Amino acid sequence: MADGDGDWARLVKCRVCRQPAIIDLRRHNANFCVDHFLRYCDQQVAKAIDEFEMLRPGERALVAVSGGKDSLAIWDLLVRAGWEADGLYVGLGIGDYSEASAGYARRFAAERGLALVEIDLRADHGYDVPTAAAVTRRVPCSACGLSKRHLFDRAALDGGYDALVTGHNLDDEAAVLYGNTMRWQTDYLARQRPVLPAGPGFPRKVKPLVRLTERETAAYCVLRGIDYLVEECPMAAGNKHLAYKEALNEMELRSPGSKADFYFGFLARAADRFEAGARRDDLGACRSCGGPAESELCAFCRLVERAAGAEPVPVELRR
Amino acid sequence: MLLRNPRRELDIAGPMSVVKLLNRLELNRESVLVISGGTLVPGDAMLDDDAEIEIRPVISGGQWPTATATGRDS
Repeated sequence: MADGDGDWARLVKCRVCRQPAIIDLRRHNANFCVDHFLRYCDQQVAKAIDEFEMLRPGERALVAVSGGKDSLAIWDLLVRAGWEADGLYVGLGIGDYSEASAGYARRFAAERGLALVEIDLRADHGYDVPTAAAVTRRVPCSACGLSKRHLFDRAALDGGYDALVTGHNLDDEAAVLYGNTMRWQTDYLARQRPVLPAGPGFPRKVKPLVRLTERETAAYCVLRGIDYLVEECPMAAGNKHLAYKEALNEMELRSPGSKADFYFGFLARAADRFEAGARRDDLGACRSCGGPAESELCAFCRLVERAAGAEPVPVELRR
Repeated sequence: MLLRNPRRELDIAGPMSVVKLLNRLELNRESVLVISGGTLVPGDAMLDDDAEIEIRPVISGGQWPTATATGRDS
């Protein structure tokens, strides 16, 4: 391949400085060099935080990290921007995948002197995701999502953080919007916002990566030298979320900017129409954990009751 | 050309642009990054016969749901 002084470098120039570009962003009709691409990422995150009032100066954030590109990228972006941000890792018990993902999260934190809070489903709550999926006879992503939402919320509140940060990017949000729209799940649409305000038993939840695609967050990690887990979760293979992303990327290929138009158009012109019924302030308290619950026990504690006493299921049996 | 992760060697005559290579491999350029020598290679870059590159997928599907009926876990 030609090096930085080769043919391609002369053909592809950074939009800002005219130096050799390393990435082309067709949705912006722009090429960027390393420095200006990193600056672009900084600006997109700062714009999201400001536009949607995600964080205020002096606030502390807890970043949910998985060891993948998005969560490590947003942790890095927040710290570089001067925000006080700790990490939270939840060990899901998905065999070698979980061990590897924990390693990436721990190394990232250790190399930068950042604080990483760790929770382990098996050690702390007596079950893991493969076992929970088998016991409930639901897809693994369901038990995984339920567990993480509960534990993230609880950790953010117990730690006194002002906001819980997740690594959802533009592709994630567009794919969820696509799925919810396909089924006209209006109650879900009502809650699809880049910021969910705090409520009784819930921390504020924010998604500062909504202005970046996952190709851009992956590129950010490569250029910042962030080592992340590239492999996909073995239990996510074949899920609908991936299919929605592939469909949207086919549209993006033919019409660059489609994903951003879809998502930000929804926020600007449609989201408010689904506002009614979005808030649930009538939840009671779980008799086990004290968290918000629609019945005597919250969904997480019901899951613990069912899964904690079950024989552990090897991850390979659930693939 | 030598592709890494997973490692495989393809007999593809260069020079060929990154975009053409991805089209030939039936890969969506929105779903991958092309990496060489620790940095990224843009779509218009020309690859020689002996190019050694990584085509890294960027789509992840393990994210937890972002919106539920109540947004809550109950």
